[in-house]
Amino acid sequence: MKPLLFTNARLIDPKSKLDQLGRLLVKQGKIAAIYLSETEKAPDDVEIIDCHGAVLCPGLVDMRVSVGEPGFEYRETIATAAEAAATGGITTMAILPNSRPAIDNPALVSLMRSKGEETGSIAILPYGALTVGCDGKEMAEIGLLHEAGAIAFTDGIKALADTRLMMQVLAYTHGFNGLVVQHPEDPSLAGRGSATRGELATILGLPSIPAAAEAIMIARDLRLAELTGCRLHFGHVSTGEGLELIRKAKQRGLPISCDTAPTYFDLNETAIGDFRTYAKLSPPLRCEEDRLAVCEALADGTIDAIASDHMPRDVDDKRLPFAEAAAGGTGLLTLLSVTLIRVKEGTLPLIDALALLTSRPAQLLGQKSGNLDIGSEADLCLFHPDQTWRVEAGNLPGRAQNTPFDNRVLPGVVLGTWKKGRQVYKRVAS
Amino acid sequence: MDDPFGQHLLGIEGLSPELITILLDQAEKYALLNRTRKTPRTLLKGRTLITLFFENSTRTRTSFEAAGKRLGADVINMSVSSSSVSKGETLLDTAYTLNAMRADLLVIRHFHSGAPALLAQKVEASVINAGDGTHEHPTQALLDALTIRRHFGYFEGLTVAICGDILHSRVARSNIMLLSSMGCRVRIVGPPTLVPLSIKKLGVDSIHYSMDEGIKNVDVIMMLRLQRERMQAGLIPSTREYFRFFGLDRRRLNLAKPEAIVMHPGPLNRGVEIDSQVADDPIQSVIQEQVEMGVAVRMAVLEKFSHIKEHHP
Repeated sequence: MKPLLFTNARLIDPKSKLDQLGRLLVKQGKIAAIYLSETEKAPDDVEIIDCHGAVLCPGLVDMRVSVGEPGFEYRETIATAAEAAATGGITTMAILPNSRPAIDNPALVSLMRSKGEETGSIAILPYGALTVGCDGKEMAEIGLLHEAGAIAFTDGIKALADTRLMMQVLAYTHGFNGLVVQHPEDPSLAGRGSATRGELATILGLPSIPAAAEAIMIARDLRLAELTGCRLHFGHVSTGEGLELIRKAKQRGLPISCDTAPTYFDLNETAIGDFRTYAKLSPPLRCEEDRLAVCEALADGTIDAIASDHMPRDVDDKRLPFAEAAAGGTGLLTLLSVTLIRVKEGTLPLIDALALLTSRPAQLLGQKSGNLDIGSEADLCLFHPDQTWRVEAGNLPGRAQNTPFDNRVLPGVVLGTWKKGRQVYKRVAS
Repeated sequence: MDDPFGQHLLGIEGLSPELITILLDQAEKYALLNRTRKTPRTLLKGRTLITLFFENSTRTRTSFEAAGKRLGADVINMSVSSSSVSKGETLLDTAYTLNAMRADLLVIRHFHSGAPALLAQKVEASVINAGDGTHEHPTQALLDALTIRRHFGYFEGLTVAICGDILHSRVARSNIMLLSSMGCRVRIVGPPTLVPLSIKKLGVDSIHYSMDEGIKNVDVIMMLRLQRERMQAGLIPSTREYFRFFGLDRRRLNLAKPEAIVMHPGPLNRGVEIDSQVADDPIQSVIQEQVEMGVAVRMAVLEKFSHIKEHHP
């Protein structure tokens, strides 16, 4: 393979705070050089990719993804998820363990990693289950999972409710200096609720969950993290109250981090409108004040990462009465674009937005990716920040089509994606 | 008469290094006499020793019984399961009953911390703690110390790693206190769920969650038994994971000093906390010697803690 030379690229590397026009050389799958001045001489025998001023940044690192495999292949396979991810500029994704079987066994961790390698387009970082079967009853073999390559430990879409077990699991994981990820929602308050408690849920007559179910769980877990010293991360935080608790804990120096998903800073509960099941998510969409609080927490650094929270669902999972429909929306394709809306609206500088999608999640998960360091693997995303595209459920790459952003026109068109220097996605001009 | 040893042996706590040394010196003599079968069989002649075990035990009880008999005491084993205790008698009522029988020495093991101390307040006999709850097991610590001293000849400056379930271990507590007071550096090794941070206050040098790190260059490795209940309580995930990270095998043992010794209070869980190859190592494993020293130490304890009775009406 000839070396690649990206020219006329707006190089953005959040890790080194670089945002400048220049050229980037890829040799043998690795970033070999960055030329910021015209006069610097690049090698001659190269394949040139003229970026025409588009942004070239590290491939996105998505730290919260569900795939259907193993066990729910009718919803999505790793191959179809990888296709959607590449189209969305994502080159690394962390996979939740709520598959069938759950990723609670060291052999499955290795299997998931190698399945990612087989695609050639994406690195799969498996989370290990925190409890056996993600059932919240017995501690999983955290040490063995850690050794097998699990990046962190979580029951994924389920919260670990038992306080005593949560404390023990945090203490135990701390022994390996591991990271625990919690779905912050008190399950007994959540019950079978399908919308956030409030005016809209009352009007629609939907079983509801108080927004405080999030803050209650966060408050408990912050205390447990402090007691045990364990690093703790909250996934898809969506309420102002929850974020305020995290903000204060960080100010006190606790080893706490959190992410949110585009749905929680772009949509509010009105998206469920007339019982639109594609907008049924877990946690449910919140009120407008909470959405604004998430935007603020993105801007002030309380939120460490933006993750897609990709949750593939089959039409039959969604074509049901709202309360019965499965929660979750796809997100791989829209992760970058919906984040760029924050940039367009001026609440988040582009480089900070990209940091939330690349270097910061990579750092949280202890990965070397998510940056343009010389010598690192050439995982790259080339996108045009101003061009727009329309989301059309039914015609999206990948298998799952259950996007909550259907029919939206979004900024940010991915022109190409490279994994270890190999192009894994190229936009076909429409 | 000024008696440096109190009436009861309830724990290592409160036992000075001088008294510990006296006990170990005496036990050393008994160890020799035991081998030649020339123990002073009249020393405790006419004394009644009752062992009162509220928890199953084979070696400790047998060890005390052998110790008493080799010194000529009348040894009575009171089996709790067949006694009135199982009919609902309280610990204190049992104590009053035994008191009325004029027992001279009461050796008690109980599943609750502090039970021997309670008994000691109510009986005229000398109470010897043979293990109470997760509190203390003083004779085990003494026999461990004697075994160590016989190998190295001294305590000062030795590094001892105590590994495993510290949270529930009375053996660990007594050993930490004894060994640190004798000048050893004590390291604690185990998963955070089984190591209370406050254990440091007992005289621990350092706490290690990685066994490889914790046993590096130590002189003594003291393994503790892992109880199956710990898995059910969600403190550790599985025995295979426990062995992988905290089991003592040949590779790990090689991280310690070449002349390091391996100890275990028994009974062993082979393949859970200790590999057979290590447990049965003829040079480095001193597990059998610990059992032998157990009888000698208990003879010294019975001797030193029984003389008070002479002046009792």
